[in-house]
Amino acid sequence: MSELTDLYQEVILDHNRRPHNFRVIESPSAKQEGFNPLCGDRLTLYLTLDGDVIKDASFQGQGCAISKASASLMTDAIKGKTVPEARQLFEQFHTMITSDPTTPLADLSAEAQSATVDLGKLSVFSGVREFPTRIKCASLAWHTMRAAVAHETDAPVSTE
Amino acid sequence: MSTSSAVAAHLRPGYGGQAKFDVAKVRADFPILSELVHGKPLVYLDSANTSQKPLAVIKATDDYYRHANANIHRATHLLSERATALYEGGRKKAATLLNAGDSHTIVLTKGTTDGINLVAQSYGRSVLKPGDEILLSWLEHHSNIVPWQLVAEQTGAVIRVVTINELGEIDQDEYTRLLTPRTKIVAVGHVSNALGTINPIKTMIAQAHAAGAVVLVDGAQAAPHLTIDVQDLDCDFYVLSSHKMFGPTGTGVLYGRKNLLEAMPPYQGGGDMIANVTFEKTLYNQVPYKFEAGTPNIAGVAGFGAAIDYLSSIDRQAALAHEDDVLAYATARVREIPGSRIIGEARHKTGVLSFLIEGVHPHDAGTILDQQGIAVRTGQHCAQPVMDKFCIPATIRASLGIYNTREDIDALVAGLKKVREVFA
Repeated sequence: MSELTDLYQEVILDHNRRPHNFRVIESPSAKQEGFNPLCGDRLTLYLTLDGDVIKDASFQGQGCAISKASASLMTDAIKGKTVPEARQLFEQFHTMITSDPTTPLADLSAEAQSATVDLGKLSVFSGVREFPTRIKCASLAWHTMRAAVAHETDAPVSTE
Repeated sequence: MSTSSAVAAHLRPGYGGQAKFDVAKVRADFPILSELVHGKPLVYLDSANTSQKPLAVIKATDDYYRHANANIHRATHLLSERATALYEGGRKKAATLLNAGDSHTIVLTKGTTDGINLVAQSYGRSVLKPGDEILLSWLEHHSNIVPWQLVAEQTGAVIRVVTINELGEIDQDEYTRLLTPRTKIVAVGHVSNALGTINPIKTMIAQAHAAGAVVLVDGAQAAPHLTIDVQDLDCDFYVLSSHKMFGPTGTGVLYGRKNLLEAMPPYQGGGDMIANVTFEKTLYNQVPYKFEAGTPNIAGVAGFGAAIDYLSSIDRQAALAHEDDVLAYATARVREIPGSRIIGEARHKTGVLSFLIEGVHPHDAGTILDQQGIAVRTGQHCAQPVMDKFCIPATIRASLGIYNTREDIDALVAGLKKVREVFA
């Protein structure tokens, strides 16, 4: 049986209480809204880009502990990364949280395995894969980031 | 009280304090209530989302497929006769339940959403002119908003919305003000799915009629709790879903005033809704068949009929008194929790307790409660305007059925204690 402590790890609860980068960036290079209509989670992501490098990242909004902590840790993680690196991190994160919960993390495919190594602090979200209804909460900030760097649309992204 | 002892207490006969209503006996009729969830006994507090099904309903669906499966109205063989009898029997039972009189006023639909879309597209689209008004309330479920927006876009009609007060009740003064000769349709819920408010629809219908408007009542949340008499209410349309009232999913009822149904164009074309088809001209079948194109959910209607029989077999007044007792108990217990805030404190409520716990997002509460076997709904409840009105993103909603007990509420309160521990 999946344990609550797998999901609500201390790091996640801390970031929920005191989220990092929870502020507005004035004149951002990219600003993107994300919305999860199922639970009402809503956030705005701000990015400052210098060429291809994410110089600064921040967010505002309201949401559950998982989505807020995810946005907090993601904005920490992507600062200083290039846009392609941030996209790769999205892929790795997504692979981890959507992997089959019966497969031990260490037994994931070689690619995904290296992904969990690279994820560093973000691996606190590995417990999410045991709670399928919460995957959208953990991935909302990431989908929003991907849309922000894609410049494909001004419409809010939705995880529905 | 621990969850397991709470469930053991369910087995005490006659619990609930109502001599005429034996909740232990009712619980025994619902097999799923003995299910384990994450290794814990199920505490089901999500009946406004969908109700659980008594064995009689499960058996009726099974029996249909074992002994009567055939298409209706179409064949001369015995199985088709049985299937038709079950389907038309379901219609007659629904007519009796709603005191509709003539069963030809009962259109069998896929559910409440389907019924509202049918009325919006068939009635609304044929009568609405640019500038005509459709009057809704802030309490409405998305399914009683979006179909009207679609038809407003098609016809040039305008949507007007009556506000709600801080208790979650429709502002009746504003309702009176917004009813004008331009108002052609009033669409309002009988009971709010997000807050549990019982609206004074009989008065609202009379006022709408005086203004010359036609009224559709969304009865999805009322039907499992209240006794409904469409003739006494004098409504023009009343819609409900089988699955909220202990029947199968995918079927429901649209009651319509017969002269309105007869004047309305078909909603969908297909088999069974026609009287004669040539490539030059098709004559439509009479009501209600004109609105029932294609092979319907026959098994669902067979189960729905059994659900209506089940409801008719219990003392509805005693059941409602029991539910009211559990709701009052739940309200008092949740109010005692530090940092709790109840959303929706209407003077007349049924079945629903929506609330927040300070510092905890409802979605997190939902996951932690689920781990303890407690099923609630968290989120916007398909009623985003209600959430916006209270300036909140979501609520935790505990909703009741006839099978819930005070012990279920004790389990919920214990579960919420655990929620607060995680987020302390």
